[in-house]
Amino acid sequence: MTTLAQLSKLLASGELSSVELTQTYLDRIEQSNHNAFISTNTELALTAAKAADQRRADGDTNPLLGIPVAQKDIFCIEGMLTTCGSRILENFVAPYTATVVEKMHAHGLVTLGKANMDEFAMGSSNENSFFGGVANPWSAEEETLVPGGSSGGSAAAVAAHLAPAATGTDTGGSIRQPAAFCNLTGVKPTYGRCSRFGMIAFASSLDQAGPMTHTAEDAALLLNTMAGFDHRDATSLEVEAEDFTRSLDDSLAGIVIGVPKEFFSDGLDNEVATIIDAAIKQYQSLGAKIKEVSLPNSHLALPSYYVIAPAEASSNLSRFDGVRYGFRADEYTDLVDMYTKTRTQGFGDEVKRRIMIGTYALSSGYYDAYYAKAQKLRRLISNDFVAVFKDCDVLMGPTTPSPAFAAGTGGEDPVAMYMNDIYTIPANLAGLPAASIPAGFTQAGLPVGLHLIAPALQEAKMLNIAHQYQLVTDWHTRVAPTALGGSN
Amino acid sequence: MTLDKSTVQTIARLARLNVDDTEIDTYQSELSNILDLVEQMDTVNTDGIEPMTHPFDATLRLRDDIVTEQNQRDKYQAVAPSTENGLYLVPKVID
Repeated sequence: MTTLAQLSKLLASGELSSVELTQTYLDRIEQSNHNAFISTNTELALTAAKAADQRRADGDTNPLLGIPVAQKDIFCIEGMLTTCGSRILENFVAPYTATVVEKMHAHGLVTLGKANMDEFAMGSSNENSFFGGVANPWSAEEETLVPGGSSGGSAAAVAAHLAPAATGTDTGGSIRQPAAFCNLTGVKPTYGRCSRFGMIAFASSLDQAGPMTHTAEDAALLLNTMAGFDHRDATSLEVEAEDFTRSLDDSLAGIVIGVPKEFFSDGLDNEVATIIDAAIKQYQSLGAKIKEVSLPNSHLALPSYYVIAPAEASSNLSRFDGVRYGFRADEYTDLVDMYTKTRTQGFGDEVKRRIMIGTYALSSGYYDAYYAKAQKLRRLISNDFVAVFKDCDVLMGPTTPSPAFAAGTGGEDPVAMYMNDIYTIPANLAGLPAASIPAGFTQAGLPVGLHLIAPALQEAKMLNIAHQYQLVTDWHTRVAPTALGGSN
Repeated sequence: MTLDKSTVQTIARLARLNVDDTEIDTYQSELSNILDLVEQMDTVNTDGIEPMTHPFDATLRLRDDIVTEQNQRDKYQAVAPSTENGLYLVPKVID
């Protein structure tokens, strides 16, 4: 495992140049068979690395200057293929750059390439990409496991050592679930912390960009470069910029950890429950107080989400009609036929399902029964969090009900797949920051993620809590069996 | 809740998607299963609850009414499937 913090020191000392580092990762991507990337652009990456080396020679001391990263293919980057995992954007070269990426580039980070993902970020296994599924680097030889979705390519890239860090997006758990499946630290910031400008929209009131890294310290470093107000995004939070590393070393003595009893429901795998229980006990040894709490409406998060997210998706994805960009069907009779054939041929099955559910929920006569009802339940779910955070600094539980599962075993029933996000969705509905950190391994050697949820805008505290655990455990340092470059 | 096949076809038409005869049973089953999940919402009385459309109840911010962007029509139209004379080309709508 190589962290951003370690690479930063190597670059600062001159032991390593950005060009050397970037070339190393590009070579690994070339050798990898994880299908973690949809595209790379060697020329752009090496040009950016050379520029970073020059900036350093000129005296720039930005901590992440020259460090290469993978960008989820949901972020538009000028001059680079941006597909969002979909056939409908198969040949789309973005004419502008997402604010998050622009900010990272301004800090001198180098984009290695675009990471694979579930089509339009819809999925929990990364099997819905038009460019094929991604292999979890923790797979054993005899069985390919899914990396989780939808940021599965980003997660696999970091876990396989094809990039030291990556960006992801989280609408219902798409950073945290793959982080749990791939033994990473994944952070979904407070809704509005990171700009959504240039990030292809799925569900606008839920989508949030965040970092995927090996450690909480790295997540804090990367979030420093990603977060910030953006006037081009009307949902961007107007809050002051802050240093998310500032409180990493604070003691945990006296902090109160709330453990929602609903997060240990019937569907939870026994081994996962045991590992999470042990992790929470470890926090007690660090001085934390544990308090059982209740989120009585959390069981309504999944049904609410599967109205709100598809409704917003059906609206957002109406822009993909073959007129202004992307794929257009070859043969059609009239304008409506062109729209219909383009969308039918361009979208995959899961995207079509969600568009249709959203269309139904928003259609005349059903709006109040579905969309308005879901938004009212969202209020109740959010109120539950407000109540428990009066007495707790952070909530903890499992990130996922089970460890990574084998590719192709998700079943024919989409609803069964949706259950993977049962613990992560409530934080999206309430807009709260949340994270998954490595917490141990099953007997089969599969990683398990500990889920942290914090009050709004308390990312620094949440990262402090994660970092202190990582100082006394080594789960996050374990190297995936199919990682390239070993421990580097 | 089980959607009938004609409702599935109506939804598909509204969404500008084709669902052919070989797919209709699958969509009918899958969409109905999702709506079964969604129906759990009905177990809670939400009368008098204010809908939450934004996690922080924020309203969309307005910008000053000044031009901040340059016209980049050529750049944006370069990625379009079909254009001519600065316009997007689509099938004829009106004869």
